[in-house]
Amino acid sequence: MLASPFRCVVSQRQSASAARHLNRIDTMKLELRGITKRFGALVANDDINLTIEEGEIHALLGENGAGKSTLMNVLYGLYRAEEGEILLDEVPQHFAGPGDAMAAGIGMVHQHFMLIPVFTVAENVMLGHEQVKAGGRLDLAAARKRVREISDRFGFDVDPDALVESLPVGVQQRVEIIKALSRDAKVLVFDEPTAVLTPQETDELMNIMRQLKAAGTSIVFITHKLREVREVADRITVIRLGKVVGTASPTASNEELATLMVGRAVDLTVDKQPATPGAPALVVTNLTVIDPLGQILVNDVSFDVKVGEILAIAGVQGNGQTELTEALMGLQPRVVGEITLDGKTLRGHSVRQVLDAGVGFVPEDRTRDGLVGGFTIAENLMLDRANKLPFVKRFNLQLSFLADFARTKVTEFDVRSQGIETPVGRLSGGNQQKVVLARELSRDLRLFVAAQPTRGLDVGSIEFVHERIVATRDAGTPVIVISTELDEVAALADRIMVMYRGRIVGIVPGDTPRSVLGLMMAGETPAEGAAA
Amino acid sequence: MSTIAPVNQPTQPTGPEEGPATAVIKSWKVPIILGVFTVLGFLLMVVFGRSGTSTMVLSTSSDLIQLPDVLLPTLPTGIVISILLAGITGLSAWMVQTRRKVPLWLISVFAVLLLIGFLTWASADERIPVPGLLFGSLSLAVPLIFGALGGVISERVGVVNVAIEGQLLAGAFTSAIVASITQQPLLGLLAAMVAGVLVSFVLAAFAIKYFVDQVIVGVVLNVLVTGLTGFLFSELLAPNAATLNQPPKFERINIPLLSEIPIIGPVFFRQTLIVYIMYIAVAAVYFGIFHTKWGLRLRAVGEHPQAADTVGINVTGTRFWNVSLAGAVAGLGGAYFTLGSVGAFGKEMTAGAGFIALAAVIFGRWDPIRATLAALLFGFASNLQNVLSIIGSPVPSEFMLMLPYLVTIFAVAGLVGQSRGPAASGKPYIKS
Repeated sequence: MLASPFRCVVSQRQSASAARHLNRIDTMKLELRGITKRFGALVANDDINLTIEEGEIHALLGENGAGKSTLMNVLYGLYRAEEGEILLDEVPQHFAGPGDAMAAGIGMVHQHFMLIPVFTVAENVMLGHEQVKAGGRLDLAAARKRVREISDRFGFDVDPDALVESLPVGVQQRVEIIKALSRDAKVLVFDEPTAVLTPQETDELMNIMRQLKAAGTSIVFITHKLREVREVADRITVIRLGKVVGTASPTASNEELATLMVGRAVDLTVDKQPATPGAPALVVTNLTVIDPLGQILVNDVSFDVKVGEILAIAGVQGNGQTELTEALMGLQPRVVGEITLDGKTLRGHSVRQVLDAGVGFVPEDRTRDGLVGGFTIAENLMLDRANKLPFVKRFNLQLSFLADFARTKVTEFDVRSQGIETPVGRLSGGNQQKVVLARELSRDLRLFVAAQPTRGLDVGSIEFVHERIVATRDAGTPVIVISTELDEVAALADRIMVMYRGRIVGIVPGDTPRSVLGLMMAGETPAEGAAA
Repeated sequence: MSTIAPVNQPTQPTGPEEGPATAVIKSWKVPIILGVFTVLGFLLMVVFGRSGTSTMVLSTSSDLIQLPDVLLPTLPTGIVISILLAGITGLSAWMVQTRRKVPLWLISVFAVLLLIGFLTWASADERIPVPGLLFGSLSLAVPLIFGALGGVISERVGVVNVAIEGQLLAGAFTSAIVASITQQPLLGLLAAMVAGVLVSFVLAAFAIKYFVDQVIVGVVLNVLVTGLTGFLFSELLAPNAATLNQPPKFERINIPLLSEIPIIGPVFFRQTLIVYIMYIAVAAVYFGIFHTKWGLRLRAVGEHPQAADTVGINVTGTRFWNVSLAGAVAGLGGAYFTLGSVGAFGKEMTAGAGFIALAAVIFGRWDPIRATLAALLFGFASNLQNVLSIIGSPVPSEFMLMLPYLVTIFAVAGLVGQSRGPAASGKPYIKS
């Protein structure tokens, strides 16, 4: 400590304010007893018991679809549970809606931010509990003050007058936190908060959680990422298929947690031989993509993909990866530059021509772009070849051929369903993705592009998809994998290309350390010229 | 018409505070449109120019301050204006060539010049009463403005209101009957609001509760109200016109002092009560939407209903009551037909005003003030046609009748370009 009198005054003032604020945010214990929530025949939460102690970080670990988010929506008053009760400090609560839950001191940072993009930060924070001045005029000054107050307390540096849509995702998340804290939340639920963050932003979020905990706030941290849980949680509850299957301490190993989460021993790595790359197949030169408003989405990128290698394109969501893939597939109208596959140009070609050139494509949003939900498995398997033999002969669908084809593919790709006539919309995410893979990989491919191939899938399906992608590479097809998950990138890539704001930050070898990739994803060029 | 210029930018890493990089897309749309109008204007005003002198009358006979008439020599005025139009077109082309944005005020100046040129040409050796032209424009715009305000409220809360036409017509019909029976125009006004709300209830119930496509419900409602009022008119109103379809009209009220301001006074401050209510309504809706708790919640529900829900706002209720309010406002506009201008209900008397109001909402980018200005523009176009046919211009009247709709199409399609409405407008909110 410095001995100057001035310093002393400041630190006294700080401790006084800290004491005040501890008085204001008093702690609270949250208990969920026997919560059961059904959607029709599906039991999303089955007799779940959970206790969040005062001022702890409690991780809720589980796979996609395990029922974590459903449970938290019950807690937040968005869903009504069929059975069970919620207790705050031993008092049973009845939440008719989120308003009640918030009034009781529960705040939520949603996975998909619940912010109005065209409102300012202050307007978003005040929404729902607005203060007004005489004459009914909104008291924006008070809202701004509240934002600054909370922002300063945690060192957030958020401008109350900034439009939310102009803020980076990490800052938007802080606005969500401010929103919850401005209503004196005593229990704060984070629903998959790291999905949209860079590794650096994730570290900062962990620090924020620790600060909140120090200030007496209890935290529920929903995630499926083992690393994060072990780093920050005080206690861990694991949920599988709607049931609590166990608790663990943060000292448990990755393997122990994964086994508990999945229900069997899991191999967290992908079996993969070193690549034997051949000649460049896809060559992209000075590619630029512009949207109708003139924004440059992909900015002058050049790269190639060789026969028999996997090029992973890493980066935080929204840095041009989507538009780059769309440009490759002929889905983007304003494209400058050149794309060639095996020496022949693809630029300016229609999607049909691109597919005919031998490009297989797994879109990032399979339910929107990859499948027709109301169509059967068989129909979805022939969507891209509905114009020619052997599926169509003189305008007639060859239904018996289609049925045989579908049965073979369903077996080959292990699609679990009640038969090939099942509508795809009724399948689980993993089985839907297998249908997409089965369709795209059953043509002669000269290039395979998979965007976010395992987003939202369970661990078993992830293993399957990864094996298939590696097998495609080993069969001599050049592969591009676009992923925002560093784990996936590390597991699959022979080379990694990192994108930031539409540009290529660098192309580095597949074994590049995570910390370097993290910095690159935030836009920093790698120190040594690590071009592979 | 568009070309993309790839922009070579320096390759240093960009800081996190910067927005996305942008390229300027050269769009020749504006210079081409201006060029076409310049050529048309030149042909009309110079090649087919008329000799004589045009007289612009600026004062009415009852004004305290009498302004002198403005005399414009028709052909020379046309030549001067053509040169100015060509100049502006050239300027806009130069701006596009050097990748500048053509400002809206330049286009506005172009439009005003073109209008003055056209008026001068059409009124060779005639007198154009400017206050009368503007007064009539405002009168025609009143129902459009009420309709547009209703549209703004409804769309801002997330419900596309195609039923403005039906709300206007229901308001006109009901106010005629109620005011005729009670001989109280104020009660007629009230009844019009109730009628508008009733139409809105149907829209709200189907669109919000049963998730029926909002555009389809709106269209069906318009047809329903047209048919219903048409039927009742011929069965009920026409045979009993003396008792059921002779409502007392609102008296004109001159506001002291303000009504004596040259040009502006006679146009804006010698109006009926409904018009004064309209001034208040425009200001109130603007203030309400952008500066009150009501408006903040309304906009939140129209932009991102789920976010509004998670902070404890009742989305369905907010939508329902604000759509109803929108109906009440539009109903007022309907009352203006029967109690303010015409003086009796006529079959299908709104004649598409509701759809023009809808266009004004979009042209005004969902902003009450801008939508009002747009409605005024459409009102002006309609009245220009009236005035020119009275003074006997050489333009065929059939062509002039198209004018308001031509202006609407050009305004909405050509000048607005891409404008962004409330994000959740037209989408039902289905809670999972």
